[in-house]
Amino acid sequence: MALDRWIALVFITFCCAYGYLAFFTMDDLLPPFMQRNPVWPSTFPKVLSVMGVVVGLIVLLGLEKPDAAKEASATDINYRRLQDYKLGQALMLLALMALYAVALRPAGFLLSTFTFLFAGSAVLGERRWALMALVSALAAGCVWYLVQEVLGIFLRPLPFVFGV
Amino acid sequence: MLEGIMIGLTAAFSIQNLLMVVAGCLIGTFIGMLPGLGPMSIIAIMIPIAIKLGDPTAALILLAGVYYGAIFGGSTSSILLNAPGVAGTVATAFDGYPMARKGQAGKALTIAAVASFAGGTIGAILLMIFAPALSSVALLFHSAEYFGLMVVGLSAIAAFAGTGQVAKALMMTLLGLILATVGEGALYNMPRFTLGLMDLQSGISFITLAMAMFALPEAMFLVLHPARSAGAEGGGGKITNLRFSRAEAWAMAPVIGRQSVQGFFIGVLPGAGATIASFLGYAVERNLAKGEEQAEFGKGSIKGLAAPETANNAACTGSFVPLLTLGIPGSGTTAILLGALLALNVTPGPRLMTDTPEVFWAVIISMFIGNVVLLVLNLPLIPYIAKILAIPRNFLIPFILFFTLMGAYIGQNNATELLILVGLGIGATILRFADYPLAPLLIGFILGTMLEDNFARSMQLYRGLDFIVERPMTMGLLILAAFLVLLPSYRAYRARRRAEGVADGD
Repeated sequence: MALDRWIALVFITFCCAYGYLAFFTMDDLLPPFMQRNPVWPSTFPKVLSVMGVVVGLIVLLGLEKPDAAKEASATDINYRRLQDYKLGQALMLLALMALYAVALRPAGFLLSTFTFLFAGSAVLGERRWALMALVSALAAGCVWYLVQEVLGIFLRPLPFVFGV
Repeated sequence: MLEGIMIGLTAAFSIQNLLMVVAGCLIGTFIGMLPGLGPMSIIAIMIPIAIKLGDPTAALILLAGVYYGAIFGGSTSSILLNAPGVAGTVATAFDGYPMARKGQAGKALTIAAVASFAGGTIGAILLMIFAPALSSVALLFHSAEYFGLMVVGLSAIAAFAGTGQVAKALMMTLLGLILATVGEGALYNMPRFTLGLMDLQSGISFITLAMAMFALPEAMFLVLHPARSAGAEGGGGKITNLRFSRAEAWAMAPVIGRQSVQGFFIGVLPGAGATIASFLGYAVERNLAKGEEQAEFGKGSIKGLAAPETANNAACTGSFVPLLTLGIPGSGTTAILLGALLALNVTPGPRLMTDTPEVFWAVIISMFIGNVVLLVLNLPLIPYIAKILAIPRNFLIPFILFFTLMGAYIGQNNATELLILVGLGIGATILRFADYPLAPLLIGFILGTMLEDNFARSMQLYRGLDFIVERPMTMGLLILAAFLVLLPSYRAYRARRRAEGVADGD
């Protein structure tokens, strides 16, 4: 089964769960005076979940045939060749982003940004360490200055042990 | 209208707003040139800054400038590297890149700039004529018609955005609508689908969603498949001789005239936009050209370069018509602009012209200024700006990712939002792999709240679904929506039947 149909299956499951919430649990919380309204908070979600299941089934069962195969260009991406791509690099960068999200508050903006940019280029295969350090430090400093001082949005610059 | 133009001129010619136009155009050109960052990603990144400005006029002027700049910058990388940064400039590469290969890169860039200028300016004139007319009609609309209109908009986007697969695009639209129901809506004052999580109480932020849908997957694709940014290595050669001859100007003039009008009207249609306008413009001009000139197409024809460039800029302007008059975005980019406007407490729609005329007219006037800025300021700078293409991808990609993260963080000041961003981004990348269009998702998400509000209001006014029958226009719009969704499948079905040699019923 092709990836797009797997996604359709996941989507149908999601719609069923969503529909279950809308049809069976949401209305219990509704105060009695609102029950006289013609439209309830659950009305729109109910419609959406039913339509979602129908459309999902159309994709899942392949009722709509795709157009004649498009010519694949050299830069087009195809999930069937996933192992040919630099999957490791992509996953590492994603992990780095998650790490950045977790570290941003406790470690402060300057340190986490520097590490993120430095490690990011290292993951991609850059080995000019001095240049990388210089670029990352400069970028972290400039962006912090722009955001905090020019735009006036608070970004904690230093790790929490230094206060602020 | 004259009075409006005067208001617009006063607002747009303030020093701050002039600076905004210049800054927006420069930033847009600069970033739009980078492979992997289209106008949608750039505008999404710029939104926190625009919101921080606080003044809706200045913010919208800045974002519109960024939009124009990005389209223009995208054509630069198409011409120089055959690496379109934006879908709307793919057709530009057909003839622009061969010209650059022949050593006429400077001329190609000038033609692109002049064609963009003409397309954008003529588009802005048409916008000035049509937007007020349309918005006076739109004032007659009630919530029932708005509901119908939004359903039409969403179906049109699904019908045109899906590459021949309407069901997939519809699925994405529905997913967007479903995501929009998460959180506490103003209508009912009760949290829905938050799963008891505090972080979902205020719903999913649209900036996060926009970043996750467009900027992140594109950056991931750049990492996965280095060939996509192959041009970024060692680009930026010498660009000399920016002039084109008088005879070439005469040859291009009718092309530019036709494509500005055609592009504008394609841009007005929801779901069509710059990409379709540029491809259609290229195809039309190719069919109109005769003999030798037709054979030139694809090998460095000036007409083939001018046509998509004019059309995509005119279409960008055209896509502002439904946004400014009806409050319904016709494309992913205008959807992001709508989100920014709502955050600034401006509700686009027919009342925009009467309530805040300065916003409406200042934007239109600044479109003219933006086009002039692009022509006068950017063109001489192009050889220098093109140097940015020489940034190695090992440095470029971490920066794209970092700006994506910052864009989501600055708006919310909430680190959990970044985790949501990464999660949604992974989902979006998988969806892109499976060929699902993502623009319908974002448009569905942004229109979702309004769609439900108008639906609920009509239901309450008419005590049920009677509004569909009692308001013929709503009925008509809903029938049109169903027609739009079913038509492509029906035509594909008939084409298959013909292909199989089975006689048609009709």
